Amino acid sequence: MSLDDVKTSDFKYVGTSPDRPDGLDKVTGRAKFGADAYAPGMLHGAIVRSPHAHAKIISIDTSKAEALDGVKAIVTRADFATGLTGSNWNVLENIMASGTALYDGHAIAAVAATSPLIARDAVKLVEVTYEILPHVTDVDKAMADDAPIIRAGAADKSVPEGLHPNVVRYHESGHGDVDAGFAEADLVIEDHFRTEATHQGYIEPHACLGTLGGDGKGEMWCCTQGHWNVQKLCSALLGLEASQLRVTASEIGGGFGGKTVVFIEPVALALSRKANRPVKIVMSRSEVLRASGPTSSTSMDVKIGMKKDGTITAAKGVFRLQGGAFPSAPMEFTAMCAFAPYNLKNVKQIGYDVMANRPKQAAYRAPGSPMGAFAVESVIDELCNKLGLDPIDVRLKNASHEGTKASYGPTFQRIGLVETLEAAKAHPHYTAPLKPGQGRGVSCGFWFNFGGETSVTLALSMDGSAQIVVGTPDIGGSRASMALMAAEELGIPYENIRCTVADTASLGYNEVSHGSRVTYASGLATIKAARAAVKILCARAAAKWKIDPEAVDWVDGCAVPSGPNAGDFEPMPIARICASMGRTGGPISGHYEASPEGAGVSFATHIVDAEVDPETGKTSIVRYTVVQDAGKAIHPAYVEGQYQGGAAQGIGWALNEEYVYGEDGRLQNDVFLDYRIPVASDLPMIDTVIVEVPNPGHPHGVRGVGETSICPPLAAIANAVSAAAGVRLHELPMNPPRILAALEKRG
Amino acid sequence: MQYHTPASFEDASKIAAKATGITRFLAGGTDVLVQLRADIVTPDTLIDIKHIDGVHDITRNSDGGWTIGVAVTGAEMTEHADLGGDWPGLVEAMDLVGSTQIQGRATLTGNLCNGSPAADSVPAMIAAGATVTVSGPNGTREVAAEDIATGPGRTSLAQGEIVTAVNIPPRAAGGGDAYLRFIPRTEMDIAVVGCGINLAVDGDTITAARVVLGAVAPTALLDQACADAIIGSTLDDAALEKLAAAASAACNPITDKRGTIEFRTKVAGVLARRVAKIAYERAQAGGAS
Ligand SMILES: Cc1cc2nc3c(=O)[nH]c(=O)nc-3n(C[C@H](O)[C@H](O)[C@H](O)COP(=O)(O)OP(=O)(O)OC[C@H]3O[C@@H](n4cnc5c(N)ncnc54)[C@H](O)[C@@H]3O)c2cc1C
Repeated sequence: MSLDDVKTSDFKYVGTSPDRPDGLDKVTGRAKFGADAYAPGMLHGAIVRSPHAHAKIISIDTSKAEALDGVKAIVTRADFATGLTGSNWNVLENIMASGTALYDGHAIAAVAATSPLIARDAVKLVEVTYEILPHVTDVDKAMADDAPIIRAGAADKSVPEGLHPNVVRYHESGHGDVDAGFAEADLVIEDHFRTEATHQGYIEPHACLGTLGGDGKGEMWCCTQGHWNVQKLCSALLGLEASQLRVTASEIGGGFGGKTVVFIEPVALALSRKANRPVKIVMSRSEVLRASGPTSSTSMDVKIGMKKDGTITAAKGVFRLQGGAFPSAPMEFTAMCAFAPYNLKNVKQIGYDVMANRPKQAAYRAPGSPMGAFAVESVIDELCNKLGLDPIDVRLKNASHEGTKASYGPTFQRIGLVETLEAAKAHPHYTAPLKPGQGRGVSCGFWFNFGGETSVTLALSMDGSAQIVVGTPDIGGSRASMALMAAEELGIPYENIRCTVADTASLGYNEVSHGSRVTYASGLATIKAARAAVKILCARAAAKWKIDPEAVDWVDGCAVPSGPNAGDFEPMPIARICASMGRTGGPISGHYEASPEGAGVSFATHIVDAEVDPETGKTSIVRYTVVQDAGKAIHPAYVEGQYQGGAAQGIGWALNEEYVYGEDGRLQNDVFLDYRIPVASDLPMIDTVIVEVPNPGHPHGVRGVGETSICPPLAAIANAVSAAAGVRLHELPMNPPRILAALEKRG
Repeated sequence: MQYHTPASFEDASKIAAKATGITRFLAGGTDVLVQLRADIVTPDTLIDIKHIDGVHDITRNSDGGWTIGVAVTGAEMTEHADLGGDWPGLVEAMDLVGSTQIQGRATLTGNLCNGSPAADSVPAMIAAGATVTVSGPNGTREVAAEDIATGPGRTSLAQGEIVTAVNIPPRAAGGGDAYLRFIPRTEMDIAVVGCGINLAVDGDTITAARVVLGAVAPTALLDQACADAIIGSTLDDAALEKLAAAASAACNPITDKRGTIEFRTKVAGVLARRVAKIAYERAQAGGAS
């Protein structure tokens, strides 16, 4: 991108926070979510799930269910494509078991019936005979010599010899000589940390409505973060041509990464193909918790050496992640992000992807990064305590900056970590007095951000208003941000622009809304599409004025002669040019297709105050401040929302959320009563500071903001709780029994 | 499923007595309907008791005691002008149940008859010395609140028996009650430990006490050793320590997804101390309003 393409100041629309375009629909109940679709003759699907953590499927007898009045179709694995390999096979195996049930909740068969209650009853009539196999759900136990083998031969070539077959991928990276570095240190701390799996906790359960005819043509309506991916996976799993399946994304009630994959969509299509009627499936909360994609659980060892002045001399981390019964745990992200905030001479990180009898993990905001930060930033905190150093000063001393060789390889371009640390240090929160029983923690966090395949079309209407057609589901307010960026480029009011998320038949391919990529990539494409339209608008004015198109500029929504030499013409507004577009060369649109690669990485620093009741171990978060680099905040209120949301989810993950498996390998807490996400009264007001260090890879300077905000909270809260309790906590969640046990142990 | 809306307790009892399969009475439905929706219990007979005369009334009796109708909701108890003055602990315990929406439906009777060891209002009811009136095919009897639940989800009510009222004794001068529960969050959790205490003072000395622990055994525990730890004391530190030790000793908990044996045992003592202090303060402030 040439430099004159970039505009990072003097914005008119960008940087304001107008009303959200989907607001009225959502507060009045008009917005259509996944479960809000109906079709004539529609059936209701329900899924038969394994009650066992690990069991061979001996037989599936569907005769009684088929005999039930109202049952129209039953499918098993035999109704899906055969001969799949690689990730497609893994996805299919996860959404419909073949020979073996691999976790509690694993789908075994599915039923379509004329009502949800009949479908539920029919599920109970499907008789599955199992032979129960030994199971393992804990990451360390799954790596131990005596662990049951979940699937022999699942490991790839990266895994060193001698490891248990449940270790399926291995990662190693870093630079320098860590042993020499540790020898230079005045203090070396090595510690062990564990985190339990959590769920994204999106409020809307997965829901879809699918139709598939004998002609191989299909329609799918579903709540998803990426409908082209749904198209790709469903067509592969059902043996269809991708273009014959049109997928429409509903409004989405949260995803956070958990709706980047498919669970029920291929099942609805298989049932529809068999019954020759549309089939709707809506997951219950219990199904969501048991059989969608929670995070990995982890076991980690981190060792860091520091000099008395706070200089880190070497750092090493070993990160073991369990990602369910499939190769998928994002251990390389954990490893690569863990030390990224620091400019280190000697650093080494190792990752293990471990299979266990749990559901296949899915992305959850910055997948893998928060756990690594928890371990690393806890050790740094402990080093600061022991050496009597200020935790922000130490981080500033070691902070990555432009030109730093990152712990994971590349050299950083312009980044804003130092700016977030300085803003945190200057924030009144950092020096506010604490009450007895309270403690303060800080932490940094890092996420890569992403670009990916992107297509956008911007079409002008006869009246000079504009419609933007994007293919990235709006999971965080992106329609408002797209409209603001287009308003800036076109020079027309935000209200004159409508942004729509199109179905797969209406636009070129789009990667999923993930990797904090949408405001960056769809935003970049929107700006480029708008600029393409502006070029046509200028050409139309030039033709009218009979001057060279190069001699026309675009200013405040009008074509104007670029200077006195160009001629003396009144500015020609967009509405006038558009009114005559049919006669002056045809409809005016701009479009842009690319896989932009300049997503700027981003950093955050969080400050947390926690209060611990020493008699019960109960923790309250009493103050929270998020400082994060947004590059450029297009819609600052939405950016603040992302910051606050990351902190809120982090508070849940750190304190009370966890997957609790019983001895029998069954999930014990599959409802929100016992899967304890924070309620509103558990949270303080979360303060935000938006730092803006423009990303040179985006025309308005945008960096993704959606994921980085969940990287620091686990560590920042652990540091605050450890300070308040007077004892270091090494395991998440830091629930009251765990804190009380730590206090008793300390005595 | 058969759904009935009898106009009298007699009819309700007759329907229940004749019913086969699973029978549930429908008060607020905040347990019954949740269990139905979650496919845990699907009743064959559902008897809605909200259409019976008087079930929505809170009545102060001539002796100063209270009769609370079996469809009176938590919100109605909290909003009542005088009930909370006499029995603040009981009203606060019921008020802890669920959210604003749940408070508009949930009842004391439902909380008691659902038989959960973690039910919040139950320790407070037992501490208060509450009884319930039970009608059935064999007549009417008055049963102490502590004699209703016999284990998780089980009660001593026979087929056809129905609770027709909750009876709260008069609040004597110099009495006070309190209830606290431990949950890891601020709202919307089931008690990991609960404790209700009702006591009376003469001057600064405790003359009577009922101490009840919830969620630490198969049913709420009315524990005499806990009461003895503070009766005759001025709730000094030594008495509080004795109370905490007695409460921990009384516990017979399990480890489950909500808490461990060690945690419940320790926190039962902590809560008992905290609850006793509040009840004591209230008693000293005068008891009945
Ligand atoms: C979101 C939510 C949060 C909750 N939070 C809490 C909480 O914090 N603490 C807590 O203790 N509980 C909680 N509960 C459980 C429930 O709200 C309480 O137990 C409530 O008091 C039940 O009262 P109800 O009137 O709704 O009972 P119902 O559901 O109507 O009935 C419950 C049981 O009592 C029996 N029953 C009802 N009336 C009679 C009668 N007259 N005679 C004989 N048997 C009868 C029924 O047969 C049934 O078995 C919660 C429930 C929900 C859904």
